[in-house]
Amino acid sequence: MQEMITRADVEEFLVDEAALLDNWQLDAWLALMAQDAHYLVPALDKPQADYRKSLFLISDDMKTLRSRVTQLKGRTVWAENPKSRTRRLVSNFRVLGEENGMTRITANFAVWRFQLDQTETYVGRYEHLVARAADGNLRFHERKAVLDHETLRPHGKLSFIL
Amino acid sequence: MEASKVRNLVIDDHERGLFKVRRTAFSSQEVFEHEREAIFDRTWLYVGHESELKGPNSFITRTPGGRPSIVTRDAEGQLHAFLNACPHRGNQVARERSGNVRLFTCFYHAWSFDTKGALVGLPGDDAYTDAFDKKDMGLVPVPRFESYRGMMFVSFDTEIVDLVTYLGNARETVDHMLDFGGDDVEAVEGAQNYSIKANWKLLVENSMDAYHAASTHARYFREYIPAMGMDPSSWVGGAKAFVGWKGVDLGNGHAMIEGPALPTPLDASAPEELARIRAALDVKFGKERAHKIADYSRNLFIYPNLILISFWRTVRTFYPVAPDYMEVDAWALLPRSESEHLRHKRIENFLSFLGPAGLATPDDVAALEGCQRGFLALPDRTFSDISRGMGREPLNTDELQMRAFWRRWKAMLAGETGATDCSDHPERVKVQA
Repeated sequence: MQEMITRADVEEFLVDEAALLDNWQLDAWLALMAQDAHYLVPALDKPQADYRKSLFLISDDMKTLRSRVTQLKGRTVWAENPKSRTRRLVSNFRVLGEENGMTRITANFAVWRFQLDQTETYVGRYEHLVARAADGNLRFHERKAVLDHETLRPHGKLSFIL
Repeated sequence: MEASKVRNLVIDDHERGLFKVRRTAFSSQEVFEHEREAIFDRTWLYVGHESELKGPNSFITRTPGGRPSIVTRDAEGQLHAFLNACPHRGNQVARERSGNVRLFTCFYHAWSFDTKGALVGLPGDDAYTDAFDKKDMGLVPVPRFESYRGMMFVSFDTEIVDLVTYLGNARETVDHMLDFGGDDVEAVEGAQNYSIKANWKLLVENSMDAYHAASTHARYFREYIPAMGMDPSSWVGGAKAFVGWKGVDLGNGHAMIEGPALPTPLDASAPEELARIRAALDVKFGKERAHKIADYSRNLFIYPNLILISFWRTVRTFYPVAPDYMEVDAWALLPRSESEHLRHKRIENFLSFLGPAGLATPDDVAALEGCQRGFLALPDRTFSDISRGMGREPLNTDELQMRAFWRRWKAMLAGETGATDCSDHPERVKVQA
């Protein structure tokens, strides 16, 4: 019997995750993913769509996500060179319930991004599927960031991990 | 804007094989304002795909050429396009991006209109004289509205040639770009609506520019493609890259880059279904046409602001909001009848490269925004050089396809009417490459 996932667990997990991302510790962040994980950002006009049937902004399986991270660690992601500064506020943690042996957790986020004298803000809700791994720690099986913006204007791009 | 001033913006020197665009063409408020009237009010503008209108009494709202518009499918299935402004006092009658409605009710004074545009109700209509005719007070149709194979276009020019004539030499390639799946395409649910803090013409250039692939998209080709187990050399391998590819002037500003199909990660993800589709194309269209449809890849530009890219099956359009800011809308156009597996894999392939969070587009956005910032430095005395390949039959890594756009742009901005010769005429170049 696995230990139940509590709101405090969710808060600790997501706040620690946010620190990894704000510090650009992308390998450590990648280690939070289960082997079958997906990293998803739905299209802004269809926030509840199915990634297998609808166009998203991001629909990475682990193979693509590993490559995305490798790229972000290098120097030829011009959109992130120089690296943007980000600061995330994550809050309103909730445990929604079980889905296929995993737990659906949600939290609200606001991420500020600063680069080349521009400031952009990304606001939305995380809707993740997590489960405890053999070591007892939480892992993402579906890491989904649902943006509240109606369009990605004037941001124009989403070139860091949201 | 005077024609002489416009001509001063583009230096097209056939004898020396040089082509330069003064950077005020990208940065000036005067040019931006003139473009709206001289270009966006005199061309056919893409507003969406018929498949986006789901069922009777459905609508979408768009802003072609900066003019808020509604496209509807009425109760009988007929399509219409209207200005999104109440004929009474002007409030926008459709306030959602899309939906299904029997009536549009303008909340300001509660006038209501059906999806054919007719005024069907207004409170207190006894207040008007006999000269007030409800039949004349319906939603104002966009001056021209036509579809080509499901792709809907509007024009604000009542006198413009019909859409098929307008597409001209590009029409056959549009067909090729829509027939790849052996079935009609549909716009996949989920749009990419983003922006670029740059002049819209930079995206025209960028959308059919193979020269930037190796440098701007190094991470996609040198990291992502190998990570997918593929050899990137047909894309970025120097002399091995883009073999047989060329830039093509299709006349009147339409242009493309085209060449033998290059491998993408899609190929290995559904090989049997893709082979079945390829074989079915031979049967449906005959071997010769099927070869043209399926064995080439293309970035096709329809003047002034529409791009179709075959690698990722995207349709993308964009509008200037200011000299240094454009709005971009992109969709995937995919065959209706393909399997769920292939649909998923095509979406993955699209997203690997394209869109505001793809592994390539953000770098294009960064480049275009960097250009726009660079243009702040003496734009009236500096030029963008677009001369590549002027003294030869242009490759796709040359810039003929961009010059074709610029020649039409210059002619329209200068008020010239009729067709524009957009060719390089390499025979006239005296300084050989």
